Amino acid sequence: MKRRTLLAGAAAAPVVAAPVVKVLAAEPVHITWWHSMSGALGDQVNRITKQFNAAHKDIVLTSVFKGSYPDTLNASIAAWRAGKAPNVAQVFDVGTGTMLAAGPAVKQIWELAKETGADIKPATYIPAVRGYYSLPDGRLASMPFNSSTAVMWYNKDAFKMAGLDAEKPPQTWPEVVAAAKVLKAKWADPMNAKGGPTRYALTTSWLTWIQFEEFSAIHNIPFASEDDGFNGLGAVLQCNSPAHVAQLQRFMDMEKEGTFKYGGRDSAPDPMFYSGVAAIGFGSSAGRGDIVRNAKFAFAEALMPWDPAVSKTPHNTFIGGASLWAMTAPHRTEAEYKAVAAFFQFLALPEQDAMWAQNSGYVPVTFAGDELSKKQGYYEKNPGTDVPIQSLLRSPVTPYTRGMRLGRLPEIRNILYGECEEAFAGKKTAKQALDDTVSRGNAVLRAFQKSVSG
Amino acid sequence: MERRTIFAGWKLPLLLVAPQLVLTIVFFYWPALVGGWESLTRTDAFGVHVLFVGLANFHDLFADPRYRAAILRTVEFCAAVTALSLGLGLILAVAADRELRGRDLYRVLMIWPYAVAPAVSAVLWILLLNPQIGFIGRFLASHGVNWDYALNGNQAMLMVILASAWKQVSYNFIFVLAGLQSIPKAVIEAARMDGARGWYRFRTVVLPLLSPTLFFLIIVDLVYAAFDTFGTIWAMTQGGPAMATETLVVKVYNDGVVNLDLGSSSAQSVVLMVGVVALTALQFRFIGRRSGT
Repeated sequence: MKRRTLLAGAAAAPVVAAPVVKVLAAEPVHITWWHSMSGALGDQVNRITKQFNAAHKDIVLTSVFKGSYPDTLNASIAAWRAGKAPNVAQVFDVGTGTMLAAGPAVKQIWELAKETGADIKPATYIPAVRGYYSLPDGRLASMPFNSSTAVMWYNKDAFKMAGLDAEKPPQTWPEVVAAAKVLKAKWADPMNAKGGPTRYALTTSWLTWIQFEEFSAIHNIPFASEDDGFNGLGAVLQCNSPAHVAQLQRFMDMEKEGTFKYGGRDSAPDPMFYSGVAAIGFGSSAGRGDIVRNAKFAFAEALMPWDPAVSKTPHNTFIGGASLWAMTAPHRTEAEYKAVAAFFQFLALPEQDAMWAQNSGYVPVTFAGDELSKKQGYYEKNPGTDVPIQSLLRSPVTPYTRGMRLGRLPEIRNILYGECEEAFAGKKTAKQALDDTVSRGNAVLRAFQKSVSG
Repeated sequence: MERRTIFAGWKLPLLLVAPQLVLTIVFFYWPALVGGWESLTRTDAFGVHVLFVGLANFHDLFADPRYRAAILRTVEFCAAVTALSLGLGLILAVAADRELRGRDLYRVLMIWPYAVAPAVSAVLWILLLNPQIGFIGRFLASHGVNWDYALNGNQAMLMVILASAWKQVSYNFIFVLAGLQSIPKAVIEAARMDGARGWYRFRTVVLPLLSPTLFFLIIVDLVYAAFDTFGTIWAMTQGGPAMATETLVVKVYNDGVVNLDLGSSSAQSVVLMVGVVALTALQFRFIGRRSGT
């Protein structure tokens, strides 16, 4: 049986070696873009590619879907090591630290602009978007592309049934906790008595990103030292502050009283909201497409709640999603870099930015794109679609509301997930879980620091 | 009588084995060597800074209580999957090794799960066991069981053991059935004439004659549970909740592909390679090459 598998592999092997075509000076410049956009988003990427190629006769852009975000990042890293990196790679938010430490593997946007003379101004981009991908002095490192942020989705029908005002969602955490109790007593419990899947007042996707990282930004408190890692590789985690412990305790208490249900990591709990199992679902604003397609009830999105005991007023949230990185390769020509710069400028055109945002559910990344969407009446026709932008513009950006700049952030998130899971399972207290997150996470940060400083 | 064809010279034989040899070198030896080298270095993901650190990665690994816990967890997981899948395979094979109506259909059905891709079987199990949408999950929840594998580590472990064992039952079934059929009828007849029946006959006559097959299957099942269950576990739990279902292969993937910690991940791969070499040596030592696949 094993032998047969190997023979099948042998037959398939020659297919892998694709012919390499050398680009001559007179021919159009070929550039490639590796991305992770599947389904409807993939169609949008294909549309962008087509329109860019139509607008630039001397450039041929090829976009290639390389799988999930980690898949694309790994493929890009492996390709760079082999001297065959794509011109443009889409890298998710949490890979930013890794890419910034990649040194010669990438050409940061400010470098690219300087070398090619392309006019790429950071001020074009919304601060809460560009902050995530900028150096501490404001120079752009990568090109903002698909950006979403954290919002609170809620089921209006459930709110009405529970006697809550469906037009006035809770704004602070105490209000959320109170509303959850009402939702349980007057919506979840009566519905559950009738049978069907068990309903819960509240759930959250992206527990680590939304309830801890974004939570820190909303309250303008650090998640990690060195301004969340922006100022240096020596950052240590600070997510065991009393405010963070209170936040985890809040979820543990809600879990105990049966108002909150932990539905797993990352986007795994998404279906709990759109299938009507949870009345409030914290999630990414980019989940809109799925919700519109699946929800058989009236829904709306609201700004993230804040805890008045920690901060009098809420601050802006930062983005999630991914950005585009210009990658290097041996023998890569000046013309190729120029073509990449032209592509980035094309994406920032107001009509391109607005179209991408309206068709994908991500936020516009430029002020002009946002203005155009407004002028086109998109937000009026689709109420709630401006909530993410409002959330990003809720306050001026501070050093704690730019985003996270930590190496191996995916690993740190998994550590935090694991510790929270142990807390929810009753094996640890909130304080213990977050203290352990900090000590384990710091070990990861130190290992990353050592690995990139050689 | 055995026929042997003797080729003169070495060129033709070399030519014939060359493709296999090339594949083995390119896809097995070369990556193993690179992995061996990387396990001795500390490097960033892009390989810009590479520092030779000797055995530091191994030292860190075995000093980490979480790695030792993962070893123990993997041993438990492998033992459970092997016991469950071999036990069920044995029972089903004994049941099928009789005059039975629709025997062929029964056998075909038994072999099916083996052909299901790990990710697909994982999704099928999730569809059954999910506390919100799963048939079994909802049944358990509505009967007072606090079934929630997203939070309860033991339940998650139970789930991946079930799903992994289910896929391997077929393989065990085929081999045990073949083993049963190769036991000479005369021996069984003789035992029956001597008055041995039922369980006693099975234990004293059939089982000893079946033991080489069973031993072979134990090794194969252990290797399967240790290495080939990655797809199932990754699709079901990604090693969670906390680290409750993170076996050694899942950890290699997590640290290497997700966390981009290539040094540690390579060191873990080397440890695993030593493990599989040891198991294979054990297999060869006790049952020789003839019963290999």
